[in-house]
Amino acid sequence: MWIDVPPFLPFFLGALLVALAPRGWARSALLLGIPILGGLNLIGANPGPHMEVEVFHYTLTPFQVGTFSLLFGYIFHIAAFIGNLFALHLKRGDDDTLQHAAALLYAGSALGAVFAGDFITLFVFWELLSVTSVFLIWARRTDRSARAGFRYLIIQVLSGLLLLAGALIRVHETGSIAFGYVGLEGLGAWLIFLSFGIKAAFPLLHNWLTDAYPEGTPTGTVFLSSFTTKVAIYALAVAFPGTEMLIYIGAVMTVFPIFFAVIENDLRRVLGYSLINQLGFMVTGIGIGTALALNGAVAHAFSHIIYKSLLFMGMGAVLHQTGRIKGSDLGGLYKSMPITAALTTVGAASISAFPLFSGFVSKSMVMAALLEGEHYMVWPVLLFASAGVFHHAGIKIPFFAFFAHDSGIRTKEPPWNMLLAMGLGALLCVGIGVYPWPLYSLLPFPVGDFTPYDLTHVLTQTQLLFFGALAFVGLQKTGIYPPELRSVNIDAEWTYRWFIPRVIRGLVPVVSYLNGAVRAVALGAVFGIKAGTSRIYGPTGLARHWPTGSMVIWVTVMLAAYLIVYLL
Amino acid sequence: MNNHEEARDERPSAEKTHLWDKPENVNRLLRVFYALCVALVLLDFVVHRHVVHPWERFFGFHAFYGFVACWTLVVVAKLLRKILMRGEDYYDVD
Repeated sequence: MWIDVPPFLPFFLGALLVALAPRGWARSALLLGIPILGGLNLIGANPGPHMEVEVFHYTLTPFQVGTFSLLFGYIFHIAAFIGNLFALHLKRGDDDTLQHAAALLYAGSALGAVFAGDFITLFVFWELLSVTSVFLIWARRTDRSARAGFRYLIIQVLSGLLLLAGALIRVHETGSIAFGYVGLEGLGAWLIFLSFGIKAAFPLLHNWLTDAYPEGTPTGTVFLSSFTTKVAIYALAVAFPGTEMLIYIGAVMTVFPIFFAVIENDLRRVLGYSLINQLGFMVTGIGIGTALALNGAVAHAFSHIIYKSLLFMGMGAVLHQTGRIKGSDLGGLYKSMPITAALTTVGAASISAFPLFSGFVSKSMVMAALLEGEHYMVWPVLLFASAGVFHHAGIKIPFFAFFAHDSGIRTKEPPWNMLLAMGLGALLCVGIGVYPWPLYSLLPFPVGDFTPYDLTHVLTQTQLLFFGALAFVGLQKTGIYPPELRSVNIDAEWTYRWFIPRVIRGLVPVVSYLNGAVRAVALGAVFGIKAGTSRIYGPTGLARHWPTGSMVIWVTVMLAAYLIVYLL
Repeated sequence: MNNHEEARDERPSAEKTHLWDKPENVNRLLRVFYALCVALVLLDFVVHRHVVHPWERFFGFHAFYGFVACWTLVVVAKLLRKILMRGEDYYDVD
């Protein structure tokens, strides 16, 4: 490191400068320069705390290099550079200033989170991740994106509040605000787990992702796919490694989204589902918790960020050029966008974990760790998901966008900066796949004698993928493969987008009726009491004569009693 | 920008035919692909795989599993459409 500054700071200052800088070369230089300089400055940062601040008797650590921090720090700089390059062409009409500044703030928040040494700092960046990224959705300026953005924001902020509540309980219990291993014990730990689970898109908590990411701008979704969920993976790896429940949560995450992905029409939503599928491999790795498994989880996060943003860039380029993103509207684009088609296919090969592509060298670590830990029931589940991801992301995305039936759309390649960003992503995918050792050297634990390229690994993975493809060919030829249809598939979001609003709407007449009935009864009671009171105590009421009348009676009774007692 | 109703054919009338416009090219690709599939299974005879999971002992296990997994995935997903699929404006209308 040349200067000891927290990694988020250059991005936050950069966002301010970008907002002030005139459009053109100055702004472009800032957008590309900040991730490069920030990344170079980070290289070789020493482990441990770098900055501490005293606030209200607590020591905040806004910059601490933990076990997993550097790996995530490096990849976030790379992702920010590629994303900024991809978004360089944005014009005034695209809300360019807003999008450029929001993206830098968002990337900075992700960096702040992975270098946070305490819960308070983590919470601040956790919430900043939400409020900065939502602008990349709103900048699409459609009614759908506005509403999806609000839903996204509510759920993300909720995750932050759970984190704060959990952290406060923990601080009360342990007396320390340091962010480190938590483990699943006590209410505080569970709240923190739930908070991480929302951002990591655990099953049934996942819907914000597939709801909001497809509504982002063509360039904004590239950023969205890189940061939020991977910060959650980082946090899980720090706080809950070796938590057995994560193995099963991860396994479910790898499987259920692929069914949705097969029948989903919006190709960016397909990528959203496959994102959850890939997170499942990482979550499983964290759950196993051995050195090999944790290495696999974070290595997979590293290669995943690159190939997933490459895929989102490919689909973003298609959306940017054609204005369409649904499988039912696309097809045959290889004729007019051959370079985009080729680069997207590299991303597809990487996510499918073809040998010589990046997904292969990282996912095989998690698979090997499963076998090493004798998780013989979970391994077939993840193997099923491996074949499935090839099917829906590896084949479906390129096939329905660029090949399949010719939609008749004729366009041209996207702007040079988009192509260059995709080219860079593809180069890294192949580079990591062919020569994984630089990545392995960055991993938190020694890789030892693990090698992805032994004959068994390569052969079995190739067999799995080729026969998965053979099934696709068979399903297409026999007409069994479901056609792309203009449709919506209901998912867990159905509860809060359809069911609860209708329950509330259904309850309105009931509540209104009950309200009226209770008021009528109460009013009746009030008027009844009033009438009764006035009958007795009013100007013509009975009570006018009561005091004297009753006193006469009581005096008579007392005199009679006295007489009887006297006579006795 | 998202007006998909206007998707119209923008093909120039006299356009050159592209690589995959010709069915014989597609068929040629598929023949190579089938041959590779056969070769990959046959390699199981030659290569001595190291086996950890009990299922891996079976000849051609990964090939079989990959095929069955993808076929099952699609057939089940297609059935799920009956339960899950709604109109495109499902969430937009009251």
